[in-house]
Amino acid sequence: MKEVLDDVERWRGQGKRVALARVVSVEGSGPRLPGAAMAVNEDGDVAGSVSGGCVEGAVLTEALGVLVRGEPKLLTYGIADEDASEVGLTCGGIISVFVEPLDW
Amino acid sequence: MSLYEILRDAIQAEDPVALASMVGGPRPGAAVLVRPRLDAVGSFGDADLDRVVVRDALAELTAGNTTMRHYGLHGEARRQDVAVFIQSFAPPPQLIVFGAVDFTAALVNVAKTLGYRVTVCDARAVFATHERFPRADEVVVDWPDRYLAKVGEQLGARDAVCVLTHDHKFDVPAILAALETDVGYLGAMGSRRTNSGRLARLRNAGVDEARLERVMAPIGLDIGARTPEETAISICAEIIAHRTGRPAPSLRGRDGPIHPR
Repeated sequence: MKEVLDDVERWRGQGKRVALARVVSVEGSGPRLPGAAMAVNEDGDVAGSVSGGCVEGAVLTEALGVLVRGEPKLLTYGIADEDASEVGLTCGGIISVFVEPLDW
Repeated sequence: MSLYEILRDAIQAEDPVALASMVGGPRPGAAVLVRPRLDAVGSFGDADLDRVVVRDALAELTAGNTTMRHYGLHGEARRQDVAVFIQSFAPPPQLIVFGAVDFTAALVNVAKTLGYRVTVCDARAVFATHERFPRADEVVVDWPDRYLAKVGEQLGARDAVCVLTHDHKFDVPAILAALETDVGYLGAMGSRRTNSGRLARLRNAGVDEARLERVMAPIGLDIGARTPEETAISICAEIIAHRTGRPAPSLRGRDGPIHPR
């Protein structure tokens, strides 16, 4: 959270809406601990991360949707399937990511 | 002030704060902010649930834990109706380094990278200067035991004390004072010879074997470190292994020369 605060502050200062995505649970092997945070503004600018780069793209898309709808969403990512057509983690873990508009 | 602004200010001031967010249940996204000795801010829409979560969040914050907890709609235990993610923003752990020596600057740098708040303390004003340790949060000119008498009460399981003076007149009082605290990691630098002399002095000062067990000396993991920077890595790695309880090979765990010849 601390690592995204500077960007969040700048975006808020520019009057931009911001979504906050945080890892809320990790089962098995996972790259980042619960609490790891990624912030996304309405233009699609990103700060921070929630994995080792595996799911950030998908979380960005979801976060923009969350900003449009104004409703939070709980996402779960598991192992990537073999033909890599699906977003997931290569490490074999399962992570849950809570995405919410930073409107509180 | 909004909940976010209170959280932001607390994080930036390094004041302890926990954010409890409902991630599953009737009001996803509802949040309660919890700080020691202050009223909670925010609500999940149920006074009983609020009370239970505030209690649990304070406990998690004290332990520095970030975790998911489940409750009934009114805070009942052993129910799964509500999922609350409690994220603790505890102040950074502290490292106190006694001895303003060559190895200290490297240790300060590695510890800062790991997120510690670092204090360097030495009784010799000519060595204990900010210029020599620019990344230290604090450089204190004082005797180790006198300094610990002032701040030792704040030390807990996440904190560390490293004694790098390898001079009995500084390090024995420093270790004795550190043993009076609840600090999680206590290490002391020195050759095997320095160390056995120091252990003898500590025993003479009345320290029993159980308490001596707390002293990681010679300090560091047995990774063949030679330079101050490598030694700093070996010390910080030992601090991590000590905290996680992993069986990394400490120099203390074997005999023979510390440095390969």
